[in-house]
Amino acid sequence: MRIILMAMISLLCTNMNAQKFITKTGNVNFSAGSPIEKIEGNNRSVAAMLDAKTGTVNFIIQIKSFVFEKQLMQEHFNENYMESEKFPKSSFKGDISNLSSINFSKDGEYPTDVAGKLMVHGVSKDVKVSGKIIIKNGKPTLKANFNIILADYGIEIPGAVKDKISKEAKVQVNCSLDSMQP
Amino acid sequence: MIINLIKHYILLIIVLIPIGMQAQFSDSTDFEKLLDTANPKKEYVRYAFKSPRVINGHSMEMLGKGVLDFRILHRFGTIDGGLRELFGLDQASMRLGFDYGITKDLTIGYGRSTLNKELDGFLKYRIIQQSKGQKSFPLSILWVSGITLTTVKIIDPELNKLVNRTAYYHQLIVGKKFGNAFTLQLSPTLLHRNLVEYATDKNNMVAIGIGGRVKVSNRTAFILDTYPIVYGARSGYNIFPLSVGVDIETGGHVFQLHVTNARGMNEKAFLAETTHDWTLGQIQFGFNLSRVFTIVKNTDTGW
Repeated sequence: MRIILMAMISLLCTNMNAQKFITKTGNVNFSAGSPIEKIEGNNRSVAAMLDAKTGTVNFIIQIKSFVFEKQLMQEHFNENYMESEKFPKSSFKGDISNLSSINFSKDGEYPTDVAGKLMVHGVSKDVKVSGKIIIKNGKPTLKANFNIILADYGIEIPGAVKDKISKEAKVQVNCSLDSMQP
Repeated sequence: MIINLIKHYILLIIVLIPIGMQAQFSDSTDFEKLLDTANPKKEYVRYAFKSPRVINGHSMEMLGKGVLDFRILHRFGTIDGGLRELFGLDQASMRLGFDYGITKDLTIGYGRSTLNKELDGFLKYRIIQQSKGQKSFPLSILWVSGITLTTVKIIDPELNKLVNRTAYYHQLIVGKKFGNAFTLQLSPTLLHRNLVEYATDKNNMVAIGIGGRVKVSNRTAFILDTYPIVYGARSGYNIFPLSVGVDIETGGHVFQLHVTNARGMNEKAFLAETTHDWTLGQIQFGFNLSRVFTIVKNTDTGW
């Protein structure tokens, strides 16, 4: 009896591992341009993890991995605005507020609200983001669009380029996760 | 009994393994650790200088692939002329240059200087780029080979041949960016002039270039560019090019404002034809303006 019980616990535990999803090649991009200048950066090596059991989501973004159409823009992004030597990563850690309404074993699109801490340029702020989780073949894709105000994160825009750079960056998140192999 | 006990222990271990794994990734700091250990990528050290030139000489920085650097260089007269000459601003000499990054490690460049109506061209190749992380290398090493051509005619018709107006230079650049704010490079340079002015002048010259940058803020830096001549200087001469200045970056432009004793703006001209002496106050203002244009765009921006 005890053996069966332990075997069951054991099985349950291995099953719990399958409830974690992870990727290292997630996609986050942003746009902070103006009608005068297109400013768009794209990052295809975002790390993301989702714990379906606790509803915790984690993102880590290497600032230097953002790619721009113009290399000078990429240099300015790293050197002048994000100061990526000093602040190499941005991160987000949050919890899904409506976890019970998401069925991770059933394909479909689930509107999702996440509340947590977003860290950009060394400044941490509480944010709420609405997005969706798309389940397909048991694997979730996290999607969200939101705006961040650059000044909130201590990112300064000098007067000379004020007309070219938006005060707000539009951020798109699109990360397809795989089951985490223990 | 003992066998049963062993069985229990085995099961207990089997049960504990996945629990242990669960615990391992339980919060975000552990998530970070997992990523860092699983992904210690090699990362190139970039932005050692704001521009592919320190002031006169080549820097360890390269242009990106498909980037054109349009350079407008000005050198004025010596400041010792005083107000009458507006501290040298009455006499300007210039070089227009076009440098283009064929790949991130190969640049070709062309320029024309008003001084002696000289043309110059070069090939710059980065052999290895400084990097951090796995399989990193602590230095950047580059090679530059260039040619200069004076288009002003030599007065003696016997000597006025293309070959006599041509000079070559070869340069090795070894540089390192220390932290975020300080960069230092050495560039041993060999200059060969096919024809020299005096019989006692040597056709070959060797100089050890020293270039450095100290960042003052995100957009400004102090720069130093000097080429002490170790072989082939005109006998009795102890003069070599020395330039100090500031890099100022304003959006699309980099301005390099400086004072220098070198009038020439190509390697032959500033190595072999610098006659002004810092110790006598024979220095001049100069500025370099660099504007980069993206010819080949990176299309994968995600939007």
